[in-house]
Amino acid sequence: MWQSRRRQAIMLKAVTYLILLIGALGVMLPFFWMISTSLKRPGTEFTFPIEWIPVPPRFGNYTNAWTILPFNQWLFNTVRITGLSIVGHIVSCAIVGFGFARIRFPGRDAIFLLVLATMMLPYPSIIVPLFILFKELGWINTILPLIVPTFFATSAFYIFLLRQFFMTLPLELDDAARVDGCSTFGIFYRICVPLIKPALGIILVFSFMHHWNDFLGPLIFLSDLDQYTLALGLRFFQGQHRVEWTLLMAASLIILSPCIILFFIAQKNYIQGIVITGVKG
Amino acid sequence: MLGKSKLYWKNVFEGYAFISLWIVGFVVFTAGALLGSFSISLTKWNIVGTPEFIGIGNYQKMIEDEFFWKSLKVTLIFLLNVPLNLALGLFLAMLLNQKIRLIGLFRTLFYLPSVTAGVAVSLLWLWIFNPRFGVINVLLKYIGIKGPAWLGSETWALPALIVMSVWGVGGGMLIYLGALQGIPTAFYEAATLDGASAFQKFRRITVPMITPVLLLNLIMGVIGSFQVFTQAFIMTKGGPNYATLFYVLYLYQNAFQWFNMGYASALAWVLFLVILAFTFLILRTSSSWVYYEGG
Repeated sequence: MWQSRRRQAIMLKAVTYLILLIGALGVMLPFFWMISTSLKRPGTEFTFPIEWIPVPPRFGNYTNAWTILPFNQWLFNTVRITGLSIVGHIVSCAIVGFGFARIRFPGRDAIFLLVLATMMLPYPSIIVPLFILFKELGWINTILPLIVPTFFATSAFYIFLLRQFFMTLPLELDDAARVDGCSTFGIFYRICVPLIKPALGIILVFSFMHHWNDFLGPLIFLSDLDQYTLALGLRFFQGQHRVEWTLLMAASLIILSPCIILFFIAQKNYIQGIVITGVKG
Repeated sequence: MLGKSKLYWKNVFEGYAFISLWIVGFVVFTAGALLGSFSISLTKWNIVGTPEFIGIGNYQKMIEDEFFWKSLKVTLIFLLNVPLNLALGLFLAMLLNQKIRLIGLFRTLFYLPSVTAGVAVSLLWLWIFNPRFGVINVLLKYIGIKGPAWLGSETWALPALIVMSVWGVGGGMLIYLGALQGIPTAFYEAATLDGASAFQKFRRITVPMITPVLLLNLIMGVIGSFQVFTQAFIMTKGGPNYATLFYVLYLYQNAFQWFNMGYASALAWVLFLVILAFTFLILRTSSSWVYYEGG
């Protein structure tokens, strides 16, 4: 009895590992395929059987892919848009999240429900009026339509996340600071913000991923080649040349790499952020 | 002022001052835009001329527009990816929630696709699904199966995009894993003492405890699936023969390729209402299957 139960447990473990292993291989296959293709001599990506590990690997594809189109300019544009959006989200959502978490005022909870309700509003539903608004302002083909809204706490999710973090800080902190003559903004800026730095890190990572990969926004608001972001430019690659998969995969990999690297650097924060979304949502 | 202290008014003033950024943003970029969208939807307007008021004409046009119905149907079929991702994500999370070696490694590997997105990923999958040289059909060829044309096939294009969405299953998995690890082990120990089987423990402890997270993933999944755009725009342009004409792609085409601003706005409003209805419906039924601790 004891013996067979033990054997059963071992079998179960083995099956678990087997499934996880197959699953992990399946999930990694696209990445491997991408890297493998990006290192092949153009033309050899069509050979059968597949040459999984190209010998010799053509690292030159990366420099070729990068210089065929003005990727440096696009990289600069993308970094600028992403960086400014991150600042906008963090500053505005921290201020607003603090207001919802630590100041008691009439109407607060009703308004917060409204904040949460905006999560249901699909961005595509408002692109037409936004386009017209920004056109009237003369902002089309500038980075402003992509940046300015982030400074007005337009991400309900980030407000929610930061509010949750601010609520975990003990209220005695505020009282003590107030006795010492600290203003409310001082409490926010000098006491609470430093204590929720991990949360700001989570927002940084999330909004980086979002704006770095964003496509619909830049597609609508940017029209000149020299204003393009990497995501827009990469698409141009597809149209301009007979599809050179080796170069295209090399360029795609370069563009994805900051997200992957950032994930590995900030993995702990990042996973914590996701889990909190689940637990506190 | 009777009964209201100075502190009360200070709090009112400061509270609204702190959230004023959001209020301005909401009035301009959310409520304002939504109202703007509605007024534009009552007009015929190609953006250069003056808008011509046509009442509910655009909404009437939608009823007769076969492409509107097609795009709605495509998007609804694509919603199948949501239960698929929910089930698979939960399954993986449960496997990882055992005493497993290398759990950190597996978690990272499964999660990795979720940190990638956008055009680069769409192009990668375009290459993966390449009918002759893509890795899927080449692997199928090794075992003697001739794979379909995937994105080039009216039947297989939409399933291909669903397969692609399952690649991101790690995102949901991570949320489940967090919830699973939050279940007190005492629950399981007590159940074991009472002689509960593994299935009973799953059915009576695990499932109820993770229903709040299940609800969250369900709603996020549905809202996200209604907004699919990049994949369709990059990989299929809605084809072949409109098999992947996603709703937002059709909206985009109307607005920014054909400049039917009025009609696009009507589409936008219907999208908003459909998402609202789905979310409302899910939330309404949730009270019967979501379990809240202490509530």
